[in-house]
Amino acid sequence: MEWEAVIGLEVHIQLLTNSKMFSGASARYGAVPNTQACAVDVALPGVLPVMNVEAARMAVKFGLAIGAKINHHSVFARKNYFYPDLPKGYQISQYELPIVQAGHVDIEVDGVSKRIGVTRAHLEEDAGKSLHEDFHGLSGIDLNRAGTPLLEIVSEPDMRSTGEAVAYLKKLHELVRYLEICDGNMQEGSFRCDANVSVRPKGETKLGTRAELKNINSFRFVERAIAYEIERQIDVCEGGGTVVQETRLYDPNKDETRSMRSKEEAHDYRYFPDPDLPPLEFDDEFIREVAKTLPELPDAKRERFMREYALPAYDAGVLTATHEMANYYEETVRASGVDPKLAANWVAGDLAGYLNKENRTIAESAVSAPMLSGLLRRIADNTISGKIAKDVLDAMWNGEGDADSIIEKKGLTQITDTGAIEKVVDEILAANSKQLEQYRSGQEKLFGYFVGQVMKATAGKANPKQVNDVLKRKLRG
Amino acid sequence: MFHYKSLAELSSALHAKQVSSIELTEAFLGRIERFKQLNAFITVDRERALAQARVADKRISEGKAGPLTGIPVAHKDIFCTDGMLTTCASKILSNFVAPYDATIIARFKEAGAVILGKTNMDEFAMGSSNENSYFGPVKNPWDQAAVPGGSSGGSAAAVAGGLAPAATGTDTGGSIRQPAAFCGITGLKPSYGRVSRYGMVAFASSLDQGGTLVRCAEDAACILNVMAGFDRRDSTSVDLPVPDYTQTLGHDLKGLRVGLPKEFFGEGLNTEVGQAIEQAIAEYKKLGVEVIDVDMPNCNLAVPCYYVLAPAEASSNLARYDGVRYGYRASAYTDLLDMYKKTRSQGFGAEVKRRILIGTYALSAGYYDAYYLKALKLRRLIAEDFKRAFERCDVIAGPTAPTTAFRLGAKVDDPVAMYLNDIYTIPVNLAGLPGMSIPAGFDGTGHPIGLQLIGQYFKEPRLLNVAHRYQQVTDWHNKIPKGFE
Repeated sequence: MEWEAVIGLEVHIQLLTNSKMFSGASARYGAVPNTQACAVDVALPGVLPVMNVEAARMAVKFGLAIGAKINHHSVFARKNYFYPDLPKGYQISQYELPIVQAGHVDIEVDGVSKRIGVTRAHLEEDAGKSLHEDFHGLSGIDLNRAGTPLLEIVSEPDMRSTGEAVAYLKKLHELVRYLEICDGNMQEGSFRCDANVSVRPKGETKLGTRAELKNINSFRFVERAIAYEIERQIDVCEGGGTVVQETRLYDPNKDETRSMRSKEEAHDYRYFPDPDLPPLEFDDEFIREVAKTLPELPDAKRERFMREYALPAYDAGVLTATHEMANYYEETVRASGVDPKLAANWVAGDLAGYLNKENRTIAESAVSAPMLSGLLRRIADNTISGKIAKDVLDAMWNGEGDADSIIEKKGLTQITDTGAIEKVVDEILAANSKQLEQYRSGQEKLFGYFVGQVMKATAGKANPKQVNDVLKRKLRG
Repeated sequence: MFHYKSLAELSSALHAKQVSSIELTEAFLGRIERFKQLNAFITVDRERALAQARVADKRISEGKAGPLTGIPVAHKDIFCTDGMLTTCASKILSNFVAPYDATIIARFKEAGAVILGKTNMDEFAMGSSNENSYFGPVKNPWDQAAVPGGSSGGSAAAVAGGLAPAATGTDTGGSIRQPAAFCGITGLKPSYGRVSRYGMVAFASSLDQGGTLVRCAEDAACILNVMAGFDRRDSTSVDLPVPDYTQTLGHDLKGLRVGLPKEFFGEGLNTEVGQAIEQAIAEYKKLGVEVIDVDMPNCNLAVPCYYVLAPAEASSNLARYDGVRYGYRASAYTDLLDMYKKTRSQGFGAEVKRRILIGTYALSAGYYDAYYLKALKLRRLIAEDFKRAFERCDVIAGPTAPTTAFRLGAKVDDPVAMYLNDIYTIPVNLAGLPGMSIPAGFDGTGHPIGLQLIGQYFKEPRLLNVAHRYQQVTDWHNKIPKGFE
């Protein structure tokens, strides 16, 4: 039988607010444990939550970016359960009326585009962290993260392959960073994903029983966990069994998922509207204000790059992967005045190579856009060849200065004086009479040998095109 | 002798240097010690109180004093007080020293009032007799075999016994008004949102409201001047201007319409209480008010509605007492779940556990619609009853409680009988309206009777004036229990 996978994703993004969702404590990552937990975060008797308006603004911004319905009236609810890193014994979330509903994200897999529905996105607060190591059999509780604002983005079960799931996740990841509402750092947990996976016979319209996968906090784990889970469920079905509804944990070391808790063991969260918080209400004016802060979105930017700079889709994709990268590219084009394709080759090619090698973001690039522009100008005006430019970029990356000073210091200026090139060619031909003889007797592949000798004699500085022209002329002799 | 003087009298004595705040504080501390058997206080911090009195005396001598500067005030042990025990009369918070001041405590401090001590109460404000306290029951100064009412029983007994000139309390279903009635004093529960809840330990967030227990309406106005006001730390507090509540006292009542809900005078109302209320209404007629009958058809459902909503909220509000971060933790346990179970089983009293169970059940999957949602709808209907009634009248009057103070232990085994004590006060909390109880006589056994007055939203000035005018022509509020003179 042929099987079809059905996948829906729940993504939690940590919003980039200064303070927490319902308290004034700092939401910064990485502080000494329990130094960023105020009375409200610790849930002392008598404390009350006050909503962070900035978080609501970010949620609306996200909603607008995915073409969703923004609810002018949404309600905070309490999700009740006991856990040591959940100080109040409940998490403040949104349940029946979320702030954002019914949006979509467009993805492309193998050249085929597809629209993935976003059911809802709602505001909530994060829990603290339980640390089970280094406490001699006890657990340590760090409440720095408790109360950090999250936006939970729930997709429709619209994805049919791991490829689509990863494409959707990457698209979201790109979008939230574009919107500057999340830093997207998966290692630090600011972008987290759970997946709901089920399988059904191809052609069937009813959904199969799903398993919820947890602990899949990298694109690679998402791909591997879902792939494993699809295989597992197909095996169960083909073996005559039935898939049970449960939560499963992905183990990256064994590359498998295993049962964490069954449906029967699932919590009854006893959601009810939080009586400490009035419903979140805002008017059209608020939404209009937020709309003004929306940047050009990735898809629009990609199309504009292809149109405005005549770039192929691939280049446009690489250059718009982050808005910092796109800004860098546009600044380079503007500052250098060179052919946009030349600029694209260097930003998306050589520079990206350095960034990848050192695992840096474009913001952390050792070579700034004005510096790279200086280099591109020297390529465009023939001061240096493309090959020499690579050496100059390397020197720039290593902090040796700007392009012009490196070219001057190392004497890398291209030799474009035809007379000087002819002189070198004459010397090479005179010193290699044997090879000259062989060439003239028909071994034309020796042409490359002569080019090499000339370039070697000029330390690579001779203009390659001119060397070719002069050599051809002289060899015809 | 200053222990039964009004706040205005105390303030002018302080300003005239007839007495210092130190002397006044010493006097009340002395009475607290003398009438210790009332068990009205959980914590008295003599040194702290005297230090605050010293600062107040300095303020007075520097001419920087306000109306409450130097006056000792007792606070219900539900308000967090920086550096002092705040127990909520529960074992689970019996060792909890608050590291911060509730907003209203900060406001009293700013006004220069002295914190006399923390008063006894029903555990987590759940109760109508003050018998649910980990620290033992409070006794009623009028009859020490009787309960003082609850949950603000310690505050009520303290003011009635002249142990404090004024006290704070909280009222979720009648917890200020009912003990005020039982102890023959004046109690005010302001409109929901008028007084900040920040730092007031939550029982049922949508119903809890801080207020005061005092000797007369004029004192209530003085205290409300300090307590009322918007607090950005409480999202349910209301950003409305705060008038000077003493300024509107004494206004003529001629033409004022007083509504009597017939539902408040039906079955279950003690005859003597009913008669006292009728006499009070007759007194009001002499003051020129027009008395009309109003209908509150849904009020008979207020008690069941309340006993779904309040426990539901409480079951969630009290989840934080888990033994992890502060408060009591069981001494021996095998694992996390066992620690939770033992800590909460040992740390909470029977009534608190009963309400947590009721509330948890009401919010559970499959029961939510039948209980919680239905109760929410009822709540709306009850609020609409009041809205309709207030189209025809300015103030609603009736009994505060169906009976006077009952004997200690009389109802501890019958929770429903206990719950019915709040039958006339609960609808007011469900609607979020301001309410008062003022002394209106005594029954044959010498137990005080309370008249309940209910006002429109944020119309505390009118409500206080209606109470004040009555107190100008009667002297029930000046009566002093025997042995406490």
